[in-house]
Amino acid sequence: MLRYAARRIALMVPTLLGVALLTFFMLRVVPGDIVEVKLRSDGAQVTQEMIDSERARLGLDRPLVVQFGDWMRGLVTLDLGTSMWTGRPVAQEIGIRLGLTMQVAFMAAVIAVLIAVPLGTISALWRDTWLDYAVRIFTMAGLAVPSFWLGMLVILGLLSVFHWSPPVTYTPFWRSPLENISQLIWPALAVGYRYAAVVARMVRSSVIEVMREDYIRTARAKGVFERLVVARHAMRNAMLPAITVVGLEFAFLIGGLVVTEQVFNLNGIGRLFVEAVSRSDFVLVQALVMLLAVVFVTMNLLIDMLYGVLDPRVRHG
Amino acid sequence: MTQEPRGRPLSRRAALALPALVLPALGRTSPALAQQGESPRRGGILTFAVAAEPPTYDLHATGTFAVMHRVAPHYSTLLRYEPGNYPNIVGDVAQNWTVAEDRLTYTFKLHPNIKFHDGTALTSEDVKASYDRMRAPPEGVVSNRQPSFAQIATIETPDPLTVAFRMKEVDASIMDTFASPWNSIFSAARLRADPNFPARNIMGSGPFRFVEHVAGSHWVGERFDGYFREGKPYLDGYRAITMSPAAMVNALSGRQIMAEFRGFTPNERDRIVRALGQDARVQESSWMLHMILTFNCERKPFNDPRVRRALSLAIDRWGGSQSLSKISQLGQVGGLVRPGSEWSATPKEMEQWPGYGRDMAANRAEAKRLLKEAGAENLSFTLMDRNHQPYVTAGIFMIDQWRQIGVKAEHQQVELSAWYAAQNSGNFEAFVDSFTQFSDDPTNVLVKYISYDRAEVAVARATDRELDRLFDEQARTIDGEQRKKLVRQFEARALDQAYAVPILWWQRIVVMNQQVRGWSMAPTHMIYQDLGDVWIAA
Repeated sequence: MLRYAARRIALMVPTLLGVALLTFFMLRVVPGDIVEVKLRSDGAQVTQEMIDSERARLGLDRPLVVQFGDWMRGLVTLDLGTSMWTGRPVAQEIGIRLGLTMQVAFMAAVIAVLIAVPLGTISALWRDTWLDYAVRIFTMAGLAVPSFWLGMLVILGLLSVFHWSPPVTYTPFWRSPLENISQLIWPALAVGYRYAAVVARMVRSSVIEVMREDYIRTARAKGVFERLVVARHAMRNAMLPAITVVGLEFAFLIGGLVVTEQVFNLNGIGRLFVEAVSRSDFVLVQALVMLLAVVFVTMNLLIDMLYGVLDPRVRHG
Repeated sequence: MTQEPRGRPLSRRAALALPALVLPALGRTSPALAQQGESPRRGGILTFAVAAEPPTYDLHATGTFAVMHRVAPHYSTLLRYEPGNYPNIVGDVAQNWTVAEDRLTYTFKLHPNIKFHDGTALTSEDVKASYDRMRAPPEGVVSNRQPSFAQIATIETPDPLTVAFRMKEVDASIMDTFASPWNSIFSAARLRADPNFPARNIMGSGPFRFVEHVAGSHWVGERFDGYFREGKPYLDGYRAITMSPAAMVNALSGRQIMAEFRGFTPNERDRIVRALGQDARVQESSWMLHMILTFNCERKPFNDPRVRRALSLAIDRWGGSQSLSKISQLGQVGGLVRPGSEWSATPKEMEQWPGYGRDMAANRAEAKRLLKEAGAENLSFTLMDRNHQPYVTAGIFMIDQWRQIGVKAEHQQVELSAWYAAQNSGNFEAFVDSFTQFSDDPTNVLVKYISYDRAEVAVARATDRELDRLFDEQARTIDGEQRKKLVRQFEARALDQAYAVPILWWQRIVVMNQQVRGWSMAPTHMIYQDLGDVWIAA
């Protein structure tokens, strides 16, 4: 198992290196200059000398190879650089927002799993009954409705019915659990619904497939109670593909809540990403892409490790 | 001559500006009138929204409201626009001032009791250090104000409470320039230690002290008890929350915030008013912000004035104003200066300009004739635009207008950074531009339309020495009527050559909770943001 884990971790290095290389050079091809955005906003009168001087201060006038070398050196020493927009360390910019994003992603994942596993299983076990149809309609609607639109409906609903909207600034859970939950539960529900729909459909198809396996027939032939057949034999195996979906969706949520964060005014990673791209804050965009790449490869690694735990054929294969 | 800043009768400029401020488009009650007779109440935290993150804390180095709305409450300026009485200028740290007969020396006497937030006294040295930093920034310091102060020759400080500015030449706009909200006064001692201190630190003498800035989330200020204006500020503090315009509407409707000071669209205004009912206060005025169609005059066929004039002629500004003002922030028809301001042309005068006549059939016929004459009958080009409202609305509107004279334009909508990059590199054919300033003074505004080699903001990349001459002449002309005539000549020439032409001016619609009192509406979102007079009703 350890050798398996070490091999997977070693594979992460070239993957991340490839991401770094592509991100750095692709960003330089995109038109746009942060100095222009920074200085020329709202009709400000600036001279070309000011623009050139600021570009020099930010190191944008140096050869690309030198800039890339500096960035790579920084990455190795875990120094992500300084945001060209705010002048603050990138690690600090990300740190402020990561907690909120992780919490929303975690809450959405919990909501999704709590809804998806029972619904997907019920739908599979009572296949082609009204119960199955109801669950499928529910999950198809979840896939069809964009999370941000559902979020807008949630806010409009709260405004119309309760004349209230969720708090607009983030309060950490340990400071005020009620304030924290009253802000984050709504985006978590909006995102969790789509998340649940994806996972429920995966659980349903996996349970249907597993229930056709020989070992299920054998268990039934041995006279094992149906509930035990499902719980002990079917679910454990049916969960393998579902875990993959849960993990990848979780990774997606770290940077993919862009519009939902706008709707609920969440100071999260997705919003930071959009702002960094629109301002051409290369240093911040690079760091965010690397963060997401690390999250994705780490999540893949964890999923693979979990496969190894759940399925002995993987770890001994 | 001596000017007494306080208790003056309403100036001619103020009287001219008033209709725009107190006669809102929808006939709503003016807040100034509604608040008469009320006594300000002390206490409370004002929570308001700001739509963008500040790139710096340094007001000298930027032109964005994202900095102004958060940072202005921490600083004082030499002069300021009188609250509720734009464009009348009064002193801020200046108690009074004298202007030499030749208008080449301006001497300001400062209030004697002004303290910075660290307890040190604000003196003429601090004023000098701040203005020196703006007009001749040390290496590594960015000053967006440098072009505005090019005419200052020397700054002298004969005593701690007197500062004198000697000018190289007469500048008719200098009082407006001194009243600019961007001219925050920093501590000379702090600047000596680090000329870039204000970029990441706040230490001023304004009504509020800095508490914290959580990036992407909020900015907090608290009352400065040592503020030099007796009894002010009224608020205990303020909290500026970063949020998108869509989130602002919901937050204001749900009473999570009390105000937003930039402006909403008519549709957003109506949504908030529906949600808040009697608790909504709407203030509307024209806005010192206009949408411009800019041609790249270095590229064919836009180097031909007939083509540019034809494309301007095809735009039905009067009809567009009527329809677009209902659905967007676009509003009035105007020339190069804000309609309704002291300097603007009357509608009758405007109708004489190409593209401003009301007979659209005749305008379009003339546009077609000009295109034919220029050999550009089947003209097709790319209109670059921002992917942001109301830019997109303006772009779509113009493309439809040009379609009616057989011109095809592709609408290319790009991010802000790519939009600026195209302007700077000249990699565009035509684009939807905008321009805003903190005052209506013609020197501030017309700079957008002079030759490119004189001003980088004149991104049409044209050279027109006649416009430059008129610009320089009006900048030196003290007599208001004479200056106005020069502005008219400038407008007539600029609109005839059509290097860049106004499309429509914006309308400013500010919606806030009616509990917010004492804030002054103005035709710019850059002034009256120090919050010193603002209070919250019970």
